[in-house]
Amino acid sequence: MATAEEVAKAAERRDVRGRWLLSAPALLVILLAATGPLLIVVVYSFLAPGAYGDVKWQFSSDAWTSVFLERDIFDDTLSLAAAHVTIFWRSIRLAGVTTLATLALGFPTAYFMATRSEKTRDLWLFLITIPFWTNLLIRTFAVLQIIRNEGIINTILLKLGIVSAPVQILYTDTAILIGMAYVYLPLMVLPIYASMEKLDFRLVEAGYDLYATRFKVLWKIIFPLVKPGVIAGSILVFIPALGAYVTPSILGGGKNMMLSNLIELQFGQGRNWPLGSALSITVMIIVMVALLAYVRNAGKSGVRHG
Amino acid sequence: MPDKPDRNAIEVVNVSKIFGSGEGQVAALDKVSVSIRENEFFTLLGPSGCGKTTLLRLIAGFDFPTAGEILLYGQDIAPLPPFKRPVNTVFQSYALFPHMTVADNIGFGLEMLGKPKAEIKARVAEMLKLVKMEALAGRRTAQISGGQQQRVALARALAPQPKVLLLDEPLSALDYKLRKEMQIELKRLQHETGITFIFVTHDQEEALTMSDRIAVMSSGKILQVGSPWDIYDKPADRFVADFIGETNFLTAAISSVGNGKARATLKSGATVEATVADGFQPKDNATVVVRPEHAKLTKDKGDLAGTVDNIVYFGTDTHIHVHLDSGEAFTVRQQNSRSAGCGFERGDKVGILIGNDAAQVLRD
Repeated sequence: MATAEEVAKAAERRDVRGRWLLSAPALLVILLAATGPLLIVVVYSFLAPGAYGDVKWQFSSDAWTSVFLERDIFDDTLSLAAAHVTIFWRSIRLAGVTTLATLALGFPTAYFMATRSEKTRDLWLFLITIPFWTNLLIRTFAVLQIIRNEGIINTILLKLGIVSAPVQILYTDTAILIGMAYVYLPLMVLPIYASMEKLDFRLVEAGYDLYATRFKVLWKIIFPLVKPGVIAGSILVFIPALGAYVTPSILGGGKNMMLSNLIELQFGQGRNWPLGSALSITVMIIVMVALLAYVRNAGKSGVRHG
Repeated sequence: MPDKPDRNAIEVVNVSKIFGSGEGQVAALDKVSVSIRENEFFTLLGPSGCGKTTLLRLIAGFDFPTAGEILLYGQDIAPLPPFKRPVNTVFQSYALFPHMTVADNIGFGLEMLGKPKAEIKARVAEMLKLVKMEALAGRRTAQISGGQQQRVALARALAPQPKVLLLDEPLSALDYKLRKEMQIELKRLQHETGITFIFVTHDQEEALTMSDRIAVMSSGKILQVGSPWDIYDKPADRFVADFIGETNFLTAAISSVGNGKARATLKSGATVEATVADGFQPKDNATVVVRPEHAKLTKDKGDLAGTVDNIVYFGTDTHIHVHLDSGEAFTVRQQNSRSAGCGFERGDKVGILIGNDAAQVLRD
C-alpha cells in the first residue's frame, strides 16, 4: 500500500507533467521566435563579411573589434572609432532626453486624466490612443510639415515678425527629439495613468493636512506612489527611442546618424553583416545594463502595489 | 480636565455649504453655528448624510464654506488651505502613507513643518510610546493590523501638536471589542495631550460614552448641543429622542403647565407628571417620550395596559415589547437577574407604570 504521502507526491508529479505538456506549444513558439533569430545574430557577429553582403562561414572577431575601435589601414594599429562612439552617444543622449521630455509632458497629463470624473476619464484615455490609429510614417511626415522651414511654426513666427528668417529645426537633433517625444508620449502617459488611477487621493488630503504644500505633496506622496508607472513608462519610451529608425531618418535627414541608421547601413551599402550583428547586440547589452541599473535603483524605495 | 472651560477653540458662525449648482444643488450645511470649547471632547453625531463630515472637512480645510466664518481661537481660518491650519485629521480610512514606515508616517507632519531632525526623532519616539507602538516603528503600514494602523493614524495626527484634532469616524472599521478598547484609548489620549478633539460618528452609543458635549445633526442642521446626559434625558425634539437610544413615543393631552412640569393625560386615560420646556402651551395632542428603562412592567393595572408582543434577551437586560390597548407600541427594558427569568410571557396581559420623573413632553 502506498502511503498518503506517496500518493500525494505522485499526484503532484502528474500535475507538473500535465502543466509542462500543456504549455509546450507556447514555449516552443517563444523559443523559436525569440531565441532563434537572436542566436543567428550572435553567430553572424563572429563570422567574416561576404563580398556582396551575407557572411563567410569562418570565425572572425573583427566585427566585435570594430564596434568601438578602428584599424588603421596603413599600420594596422587600433584606435577608438570616433564616428561609432559619437553615434552611440548621440543615440543614448537623444533617447534619454526624449524620455525626460515625455515624462515632463506625460506626468501632468496622466495626473489631469486621473483626477477627472470616471466618465470623462475614459474619453481622455480614448483621445490619448488616437495617434496609434495612424501609421508612424504618416505621423512623422506630419511633424515634418509642422517644423520645416515653410511649415506652420516658421510661417507663424515670420508673420508675427518674431524672426526675420525661418528657424532651422528640421534635420537637427531637436527635430528628432520633437518627433520622438510626440511619437512616444502615449507610451509614457498610459502606464503613469494606470498607476495614478489606483492612487488613493485621500493620501493627498492627508498630506495637505500634515502641512505639506502642493509641491511637497507632489514630490513626497504622489510621485513615490506612482513610481512604478513612471519606471514602466520610462522603459517603454527609452528602449524604442534608442532603436528608433523612421523618425531619425526622416526628421534627422540622415545627416545625424542614430544607432539604427548605423546598423541599417552595415546590412545595406556597408555589406558588413557581422558588424551590423555585433552593433545590434551591443545595443541590446546597453539597454539591458541600463534597465537593470534603473530597476534596481528605483526598486530600493519602490512600493508594492496592493 | 484643565480648567479653562470658557475659551472657545473653534467657533463656527452661520456656515453654509452648498454642493452643485442650479437645479442639482444640495445644501450639505444650512447656516450652522456652534462653539467648541478648549480641551473638550466634542462629538458631531448624526445619520449619514447629515452634514457632520462636511462640517469636519470645512474645519480641516479640504472644502471651503459657501458662506459663514470658521474661527480658530478668534482667527478666521475659512480661507486658509489645510496645510496652513494648525489642525490635524484622523481619517476614517486612516490614509497612512504606504511608502513610508510607521515612524516616517508619524514624523511626516513635523518634517513638513521644517522641524530639526533631532526634535522629530524625539517627538516620534514620544508618540510611539503614547500609542504603544514602539516595537513596530520600522514596519511598513501595510504590515500592521487595522487597530495598529488606527494608533499610527492617531499618533501621526497628534505629533505636530495641533490646536484641534479632527476625527472622522475613526473607529468604524474596527471590530466591536477593538472599538471599545480604542474608545477608552481615545479618551486617555485626549486627557493626556489636552488637545481639543472633534469627533464625528453615527454611533450614538460611542457618542454618549466618549463625549464631553455632543451636537446632534440632521439634514445639514444642528438640532441640539449638550452633554450626553442632556441629549439623552432632555432631547430637544422628536429626531433627537428617536436617534439617541430607544424611546417610546406616546400621544398625550397636556395641561397645567408650570415650573417645568405638566400633567400629561395618556390615551389610556391615566395621567402622569412630565417635564416640559418653558413656554409650552397646553394642547391636546402633544408627544410624550418615555425611555424603556424608566418604565416598569407589572401584572396589575398600570398607567398603560397592553399585551406582551415579544421578549428579546440582551444578556444584561431584557426588552419586552408591549402592544398597548390604545394601538401604540411600548418597550420596557428590564434588568436581568441570574436566577429568575423576566417573569412575563408572550400574550400576557400587562400594565406599565410610568414613574414621576420618567416622561418628557416634546417640543413640536
